Amino acid sequence: MMKKTLILLCMLSLTGCSQLGVKSWERSLLAKPDMALNDDPITQAFNDHTYFSKEASSGGRGFGGGGCGCN
Amino acid sequence: MTQQDSQQHAEIKTALKMAVMSLLSASAHAADNPWQVETSGLFYSENDSRVSAIEPVVSARKEFADEHYLNLKLVVDALTGSTPSGALPSNSVQTFTRPSGNGSYTIQPGELPLDDTFHDTRVALSANWEQPLSDLWRGQTGVNFSREYDFTSIGVSGNVARDLNDRNTTLSAGINLENDWIAPEGDIPTPFAAMQPVGAVQARGEDSDSKTVVDFLFGVTQVINSRTLMQLNYSISQSDGYLTDPFKILSVVDDATGDLVGTDAYRFENRPDKRTKQSLYWQTNYRLDRDRIRLSYRYFWDDWDIQSHTVDLSYRWNFAENQFLEPELRYYQQGEAEFYEPLLLESDVLSDTLPEFASADQRLAEFNALTVGVKYQRQLSNRQHWNARLAMYQQSGEGSPDGVFGSNAQYDLFPSLTAVIAQVGYGFEW
Repeated sequence: MMKKTLILLCMLSLTGCSQLGVKSWERSLLAKPDMALNDDPITQAFNDHTYFSKEASSGGRGFGGGGCGCN
Repeated sequence: MTQQDSQQHAEIKTALKMAVMSLLSASAHAADNPWQVETSGLFYSENDSRVSAIEPVVSARKEFADEHYLNLKLVVDALTGSTPSGALPSNSVQTFTRPSGNGSYTIQPGELPLDDTFHDTRVALSANWEQPLSDLWRGQTGVNFSREYDFTSIGVSGNVARDLNDRNTTLSAGINLENDWIAPEGDIPTPFAAMQPVGAVQARGEDSDSKTVVDFLFGVTQVINSRTLMQLNYSISQSDGYLTDPFKILSVVDDATGDLVGTDAYRFENRPDKRTKQSLYWQTNYRLDRDRIRLSYRYFWDDWDIQSHTVDLSYRWNFAENQFLEPELRYYQQGEAEFYEPLLLESDVLSDTLPEFASADQRLAEFNALTVGVKYQRQLSNRQHWNARLAMYQQSGEGSPDGVFGSNAQYDLFPSLTAVIAQVGYGFEW
């Protein structure tokens, strides 16, 4: 049930993508370095590695955290 | 050829020449681009002398041609300390044989058994190349290698992304293939074999084993408006091979009293040799005039019956032109694996009716975790910067989980774990 609701929510949030968005001259804020999806890859990798070794879940954002005998 | 034609040809030639010249000068310029180098060191320390780690990292990125990037990274990870072995506390002194079979360690009455054999140094190298494939397509490919005392991992990955809707939408698909080999000290324990005293022959199988991991990741990134960016990923990961932890054990207890049995009281765990993990990940970045808010949520589930929810929030406070502070908050909650068992019953051992799989690894138990932290970064002249981050990670679980009874009910089987994380970094051009 949870899964279905989530998938539905995600679908809804993406519906009408064609009406979303901006023109190229409206991107000044989006182009700021802090708006990058991953603006600090080193800290992100540290975190992925820590959580991979302490928790049962991993992944989601990218291919991080693997390659370790810690889990 | 008419005069008009030859004039057109000359114009095209000149235009082509100019285009080639400008491309060459652009790539020559790009080849002169400096390496963007990031160095960082992580210090991680858990309470009660549990795990501590020091992890230096160097990463470098260079643009070789227009939008063609090479990324290189070296990580060293030095770990020491002790981790819960899976065994229960007891009302008498407990003696455990080390994995090598050549030594032992003792645990005082009432204390949660921690295995202090744990120390290792890991070295990981990765290289990644990214470039445009056409006007709207981008591609990325990479290799990873890591080596530690008893574990080796090799991985390759690839990712393609395509822009749509005036670059307001990006679709991406990626694959990661990984092969891991484990050769634990003392060889691979036979599932549910009893831990033998020092000097006796331990029931062990092969000296090493392996697993393969295949990950797929599909993503949509959407510009919502001039301040909002949203990403949604679905990922699926399939692991096949040796997924058991060769160092984790379970205590065997008397069915009536819950007391540890007199002989063969510790059995090695056993996990399935397949696991399919899936997740949905959603992230939104929202830009205020000066600051940025980032919120993400991940729903994770697998066929070991583990489900988890992760919410991550950070606020980047750009309080000055050249510096910022970024507080972060992460909450994580997971349910237990279907084969998580805090103990084994003596009657099941005697009648040979043990479950097919069982593990008392706390990482497979139900628990929640909270991370609170803050990062500070200061931009210096000459495109240099330095940063520092301090965070606290805390896990809390059920002290007396389902299945615990009798004399074990008095013990806290999940004492709260607190770790302090400190990180300093310096970035420069070279």
